[in-house]
Amino acid sequence: MTTLPPPSAKKLGLVIDLDTCVGCHACVISCKGWNTENYGAPLSDQNAYSGAASGTFLNRVHSYEVQPPILKDQPAAPAQLIHFPKSCLHCDDAPCVTVCPTGASYKRAEDGIVLVNEQDCIGCGLCAWACPYGARELDAKEGVMKKCTLCVDRIYNENLPEEDRQPACVRTCPAGARHFGDLGDETSDVSILVAERGGFDLMPEQGTKPVNKYLPPRPKDVAPEYDILAPYLEPIAEDGKGFVSWLDKALSALPGGAK
Amino acid sequence: MHPAPSVILFTTFSGMGFGLLFWLGISTSAPTGWVAFVFFAIAYIMAVGGLLASTFHLGHPERAIKAFSQWRSSWLSREGIAAVATLLIMAAYGAGLVFFAAQWTILGWLGALGALLTVFTTSMIYAQMNTVPRWKHWTTPALFLILSLGGGALFAGKIAFAIPLLIIAGALQAFAWFHGDGRFNASGTNMETATGLGHIGKVRAFEPPHTGTNYLMKEFIHVVGRKHAMNIRILALVLGFVIPVVLLLIGAGHILGLIAVISHIAGILALRWLFFAQAEHVVGLYYGQR
Repeated sequence: MTTLPPPSAKKLGLVIDLDTCVGCHACVISCKGWNTENYGAPLSDQNAYSGAASGTFLNRVHSYEVQPPILKDQPAAPAQLIHFPKSCLHCDDAPCVTVCPTGASYKRAEDGIVLVNEQDCIGCGLCAWACPYGARELDAKEGVMKKCTLCVDRIYNENLPEEDRQPACVRTCPAGARHFGDLGDETSDVSILVAERGGFDLMPEQGTKPVNKYLPPRPKDVAPEYDILAPYLEPIAEDGKGFVSWLDKALSALPGGAK
Repeated sequence: MHPAPSVILFTTFSGMGFGLLFWLGISTSAPTGWVAFVFFAIAYIMAVGGLLASTFHLGHPERAIKAFSQWRSSWLSREGIAAVATLLIMAAYGAGLVFFAAQWTILGWLGALGALLTVFTTSMIYAQMNTVPRWKHWTTPALFLILSLGGGALFAGKIAFAIPLLIIAGALQAFAWFHGDGRFNASGTNMETATGLGHIGKVRAFEPPHTGTNYLMKEFIHVVGRKHAMNIRILALVLGFVIPVVLLLIGAGHILGLIAVISHIAGILALRWLFFAQAEHVVGLYYGQR
């Protein structure tokens, strides 16, 4: 059924730290790798070795330049470059699920993960239309809708060592910018992180109630006005003696010489 | 949005086909015999042909039967059910007219209601999209319905209804374009809310995720031909409404009627192209585009 289940107590999701992300795209690659080799249809590429390559990805990293406002009588603050990984936000009020005509899209009642049953998907693309985040991509080869599964085949997989039972993107992130946990539990590490760092929703006005949260970049340090090395670079002797001192004075005495 | 020929053909011809079925259903002087056969054949070719065209963009059309299951939540599922139910009811009603020269009025009214419901459910597939502010408006279902009724009246030869309906449809379309132009900006969704970085300053897309294109950009960011939008709008109004109305006012006759119908179809195809090509999806914001 593509009607949404009542909100689950357990809300598994990701917390993405925009302060820490270095934009290395390792999460993109590990996601594509795991989800091509495991659950569901592989994520295909088209014309992978030509100048017009494209392919299916469940996680993409954008980069944005943010220019702080220029205030009067102050030098312009430098623009910030912010890397921005984006995948399915596993929304509480997922519009992609309710539009599905076949029941292929569903939100799990037990943990809130939004999934696609690929055997039922007719590839109409309406769920991708309904998603404001671009989280769903129709695979050009398989003709079915692909989306982030929150690595449902890892997080509950008892054949994997315990440290690997988290989404591939989280496991691989070298900067520790991605966190996985239960956002329905106020005492979980991810919930505490969101509370402490002021985690926010993407496009809250769309009313999708995303489970995934983003942590804002921390304010940049302001460069001090003074030069901390200046005291050590003061001329040691003003009244020099000897040849170099004579040369200095002689050159300064010439027309146009530096004082 | 990508103006896929399959959905343009589907919405245009299904709309007219179901519109024609509506007028055949409520007609007090419905044709019988061969004349009825021709009318119903035209209606079914357009309605069914449109529905078939819409399956061309499916990744797995062989599973289309599953789309009848989710009527509780999905407008697309409701549309499928309404369309098939209407076509079945009207087939029985049509058989009565064609083979028995008998008008089963109740079936006709039921089928007419079904035809309206089908067009309404089609329109709601688009009008429900929060992600496309141009579509998320009462003018979307209103236009789909009145265009279907007007076009259907034109096909059915109900000139007294076709003239006012086409005039109202043209005016409503002009209003929908005018009002729709400002709705994306008025929706409150912008790059700052999309990224949540507005508290720092002005956000600009610096680097896309990939050097190439992708499904999202192809499907949702369509800019080709948008620069001709104003000319296409004028063309659509002239072809879709002005020429047919003038021809109908000049007088009846099959030749003039045929020209009016062809002109109307061309106009509706043009405005449906615009309906998709000018619809801006909020996901474009993540790419710094509209």
